[in-house]
Amino acid sequence: MKYMDEFRDPATAKKLVEEIKRLAPIARGQREMPLQIMEFCGGHTHTLFKYGIASMLPADIEMVHGPGCPVCVLPMARVDDCVAIAEQPSVIFTTFGDAMRVPGTRKSLLQAKADGCDVRMVYSPMDALAIARKNPEREVVFFALGFETTMPSTALTLLQAYREGLKNFSLFCNHITTPATMRAILTDPDLRLDGFLAPGHVSMVIGAHPYDFVTRDYRKPLVITGFEPLDILQALWMLVKQFAEGRCEVENQYARIVPEAGNVAGLKAIAEVYETREHSEFRGLGNIGDAGVQIRDDYAAYDAEKKFGLPIDFAQGAVGYDPEHLKCADVLRGVMKPWECPAFAKTCNPQNPLGALMVSPEGSCAAYYAYGKLAKRS
Amino acid sequence: MNFSGSITLAHGSGGRVMHQLVDELIRSTFSNPLLEEGEDQARIPLAGLGAQGDRLAFTTDSYVVTPLEFPGGNIGTLAINGTVNDLAVGGAKPLYLSCGFIIEEGLSLETFARILQSMRLAADEAGVQIVTGDTKVVQRGGADKLFINTAGVGVIPAGFNPSAGGAQVGDVVIINGWLGDHGAAILNARGDLALEADIESDCAPLNALVEAMFAACSDIHCLRDATRGGLATVLNEFAERSGVDMVLKEDTLPIRTPVRGMCEILGLDPLYLANEGKLVAVVPAEAAQTVLAAMQRIPAGYHACIIGAVVEGEGHVILQTAFGGERIVDMLPGEQLPRIC
Repeated sequence: MKYMDEFRDPATAKKLVEEIKRLAPIARGQREMPLQIMEFCGGHTHTLFKYGIASMLPADIEMVHGPGCPVCVLPMARVDDCVAIAEQPSVIFTTFGDAMRVPGTRKSLLQAKADGCDVRMVYSPMDALAIARKNPEREVVFFALGFETTMPSTALTLLQAYREGLKNFSLFCNHITTPATMRAILTDPDLRLDGFLAPGHVSMVIGAHPYDFVTRDYRKPLVITGFEPLDILQALWMLVKQFAEGRCEVENQYARIVPEAGNVAGLKAIAEVYETREHSEFRGLGNIGDAGVQIRDDYAAYDAEKKFGLPIDFAQGAVGYDPEHLKCADVLRGVMKPWECPAFAKTCNPQNPLGALMVSPEGSCAAYYAYGKLAKRS
Repeated sequence: MNFSGSITLAHGSGGRVMHQLVDELIRSTFSNPLLEEGEDQARIPLAGLGAQGDRLAFTTDSYVVTPLEFPGGNIGTLAINGTVNDLAVGGAKPLYLSCGFIIEEGLSLETFARILQSMRLAADEAGVQIVTGDTKVVQRGGADKLFINTAGVGVIPAGFNPSAGGAQVGDVVIINGWLGDHGAAILNARGDLALEADIESDCAPLNALVEAMFAACSDIHCLRDATRGGLATVLNEFAERSGVDMVLKEDTLPIRTPVRGMCEILGLDPLYLANEGKLVAVVPAEAAQTVLAAMQRIPAGYHACIIGAVVEGEGHVILQTAFGGERIVDMLPGEQLPRIC
């Protein structure tokens, strides 16, 4: 724990905040609005709120919470598919914990569990594999969810099942990729972002270069960032420094973890198991081309979609099933603040989440729901 | 009685086998004069009660926990201490408990006997008696091994009146020690994490501690044990009911390293983890040091400390992070779920 505390040292934080405050007006320059910095990743959102970092920043900087929370962008239709699989009597449906509360059109996985489905929370896909070994007469499905961070572990789990010749294990693949999602945000005509904090754990797998297009084609500075509070402050300092000095680069604040070329073994496993999916539906963002992955035909026997013949129709092109008055899409794209949504805190709150951004504590609406009270107070 | 084998439906049938279980195992373990009378109700003389205070405190709680036994306690010690503590934090001196068992057929008699024995020890430690009870057996699948309900009565001395709505601006918030041990111990004992953490439940009676606190200051404004939902939930109740804000200083919160480590790994917040031997008190600032000193002389209060203060506001709990920022600590909408990444 001592090691971790080094990344949470208040004295260092104070110095960084002072430096950010000094540079921020120069960085903001003639902009009418404060600098709009998107922290893409829900893990960063979580750290911002957990440590109260938002309350430490100068008025020249405004953090915009991105769609980088895999739970938040999970479309209702996919939750419906999960529930449909879990409802098969033979199935043990395994999932990471925070996906259980995401509402589908009929119910969430938590409700499905309460209604008698065998839904189990696991901490790793390998735990799901162990359940499959222990229960040869049951079909064990793991809900593979997340950005590149979780992909190597699900890919390696599938390969392990393949090597063992397990017949009763499959993945319901819902992985999505970071650069493609970021590109979708950048091509948005309503874009009002100035720069990005990029998720360090994703880069631990994919490296730094997949973001080159962000600075090259869209002229937005980007800093790959770790998850401790000092990581975030240091990355913000690096970003405002870029603005102040008129630079636009991909910088790596998380060099202690992120190798330039990523994790070669992890990337190899991902390439072996997954291929790009033509279309993936994101809650609130609609269909994004090439942003998701699917399991290759070589491993079709481990693909829950094929095994259970799910009625997946990406041709719909619908922006999910989000009710009309919900503005999740605008909030996800950084075009609208959570509290500007007409449903925010009125019909949509953490007790009764209508949109996924209110479901996960990493969702920007859930985070703001709590933080907004503090803002109101001061 | 022979403790080999397991509980069957016959043990709840009302027949001889049931009487054998109740007489030779349960009653003999809990043994005390009121229970020995063997009637369908405990007959408690009123004379002695009135001398100890001016109000009766009455509470009930049901206990369902997986696994039944865990480092630092078991379902039985929870059932005694939990109800003792619910009485104690009302300012009451806990006296008598009832105990209802709902047993799933198949529970090993040896396990049941062990749990009864630890209940007896917990009752002795807290100075209470189990004076009446009931036993039901349900078929396999009808319950999860063993459920226990305990109700309890105690007497509240005149003038003791802690209440969730009693916090006043300027008051001080005190906790009696390490946070989150029980919640972390249970998570760890379930064994699906394969962590090698050495964490024990803090399951303990708090009545001696509460007695010492009231002896130091009869005007304790709020007092609750922080069980399900943890410290955060109790403080939110205080703040809402009292119409004030509570400001906590993160660097004063006592959290053991293994608990902190487990929370880091799982993305859980120790402020919401369950405790079974922790109380939160809100006391007038001028009495804070006296109360604290009194607490630190009692084993259950060795690690007591001041963690925050009451300020004007609209019912929020605000955490001043050790990092230098501020955040709201809200009530959780539901169960705390581990984060994906």
